[in-house]
Amino acid sequence: MRTARGDAAAALVVRGLVKDYGRRRALDGLDLEAARGAVTAVLGPNGAGKTTLVECCTGLRRPDGGQLEVLGLDPARHGRELATRTGVLLQDGGLPNGAPAMAVLRLVAAQHSDPMDVGALAGLLGVDAFARTPVRRLSGGQRQRLALACAVVGRPELAFLDEPSTGLDPHGRAAVWDLLERLRAAGASVLLTTHSMAEVERLADAVVVVRDGRTVATGTVAELTSSGPEVARFGATAGLPLAALRTALPTTVSAAEAAPGRYEVTALEPGAVDPQVVATVASWCASHGVLPEGLSVGRRSLEEVVLELTGGPSTWDGAPEGRDPAGAARAGASR
Amino acid sequence: MSADLQLSPGGGAAPATRRVLAQARFEVSVLLRNGEQLLVSLVLPALALLALARTPLGGLVAPASAAGGRLAELPLIDVVTPGVLGLAVLSTAFTGQAIGLGFDRRYGVLRLMATTPLGRSGLLAGKLLAVLVVEVLQVVVLGGLALALGWSPLAAGPAALPLLGLALLLGTAAFAALALLLAGTLRAEAVLAVANLAWVLLAGAGLLVPREVTGALAPLVAVLPSAALGDAVRAAALDGSLAVVPCLVLLAWAAGATALVVRTFRWS
Repeated sequence: MRTARGDAAAALVVRGLVKDYGRRRALDGLDLEAARGAVTAVLGPNGAGKTTLVECCTGLRRPDGGQLEVLGLDPARHGRELATRTGVLLQDGGLPNGAPAMAVLRLVAAQHSDPMDVGALAGLLGVDAFARTPVRRLSGGQRQRLALACAVVGRPELAFLDEPSTGLDPHGRAAVWDLLERLRAAGASVLLTTHSMAEVERLADAVVVVRDGRTVATGTVAELTSSGPEVARFGATAGLPLAALRTALPTTVSAAEAAPGRYEVTALEPGAVDPQVVATVASWCASHGVLPEGLSVGRRSLEEVVLELTGGPSTWDGAPEGRDPAGAARAGASR
Repeated sequence: MSADLQLSPGGGAAPATRRVLAQARFEVSVLLRNGEQLLVSLVLPALALLALARTPLGGLVAPASAAGGRLAELPLIDVVTPGVLGLAVLSTAFTGQAIGLGFDRRYGVLRLMATTPLGRSGLLAGKLLAVLVVEVLQVVVLGGLALALGWSPLAAGPAALPLLGLALLLGTAAFAALALLLAGTLRAEAVLAVANLAWVLLAGAGLLVPREVTGALAPLVAVLPSAALGDAVRAAALDGSLAVVPCLVLLAWAAGATALVVRTFRWS
């Protein structure tokens, strides 16, 4: 599959990557493969090694061990060629402070022989609205949009985007997601790190979950969330007696009040949460004169899966409170 | 609007000269937009020129003690102007460059541009080219002001101007290397403080003010890059001669600082 240009089947291959900062090990044998023409999302808590991974892939840091192939090339030896064929959005932005937004975008575009039309790109990402504003006076979201424009203006084969939607308002996020979908449709590959489950569910063809510098799970969103049991969830008055419900339900499911006023009926074997179970739940609620609010049937959410895999909410910035930290105990089975 | 946006991967790097020129043009526009930079690059040297050529302060730069009293006999504007042009080089190649680079490093600009086809060497080449462009602007503006004040650039013969240009180039090499050394090792705030303080001290140490003023210390001051540049520009403009030792001193500063930069420069 490889040619003289270093083209390979995968956009990015990472094998046993190791990177130490002094005595701290940031990457501890991380593995990852990102397919061409796909969006691959790297998820993990702060400090899991996501940014270090991006920095190694873009030649900004030298790994201490392992294998790294970006578009079939070693970034340490083919940095100049990769700088032409990849685009990078760094978490610290790296935008020159004193220049107007559009001048920065034009500067990066001028480094490429056949860049995107900067005016059209600026329009798509809303950069044209603050074209003449110096970078130092831009808001966080405006900087982020400009940094993304700089990352893709060279029409990269592979874009490394370290938390591209951080600090964006809903409009900005929608514009960024739209651009990323169109880039993928045009054949580009994207590796993005993110804390946003919505972003992953909307964009990612593949998900890589990392923790402590190691890969703990890979797969599609559907694959990652299909491992858990089916659950019927609903809200009702807290403290309702469950005995009658348990008697009415088949023995293939269990019922519990997961949190005050939040009830879960969990399948103990595949397919156990069936229409009959849902009808039983509704009728039990009716007998207590309450509605099963937000009654839904499904598997675990991506967020629940990732929290489990990465050791629970205590290490996960921005995670909702009140999650079951015991999930960490089950994480081992998924590795 | 986005219908004409070509998103498919493709294209390559622009030719190296175009990349560096784009960076240089960008840097020049940033420098010219920056009020503090303009103050240090143009306003303060222009004020120094006016103050030294038109007020009693001029006695500082052409003392009767210097050069056997010869400086005191020459037209004051002819003595002052070479030093002011040297000061312009110090402002742009050293102070402005160190501060700009120090903050670029702090804000991750050096990291980001290293991931573009420009690369690190292209970034530095673009910055150096921008320094030379701004220096040409400074020479035009300050030289024009000096001419209006009566400067005779060719009083010492036709060799004076090319030799003056050579001295300014050597000064640029020495001070730009020192700027890189400073910006690549210290925190941005420290770079700001040191670069501004050094501008004042070096201006006084043999650049605007001839080192002969320091009396017994003059031979020691001669090894400073500021005094070497001051000696070289005055020898060129006032005698039409190449001051070999000061030029070698400037080359030594350029080479020494560059060697240190290669070992110590941190990009982030």
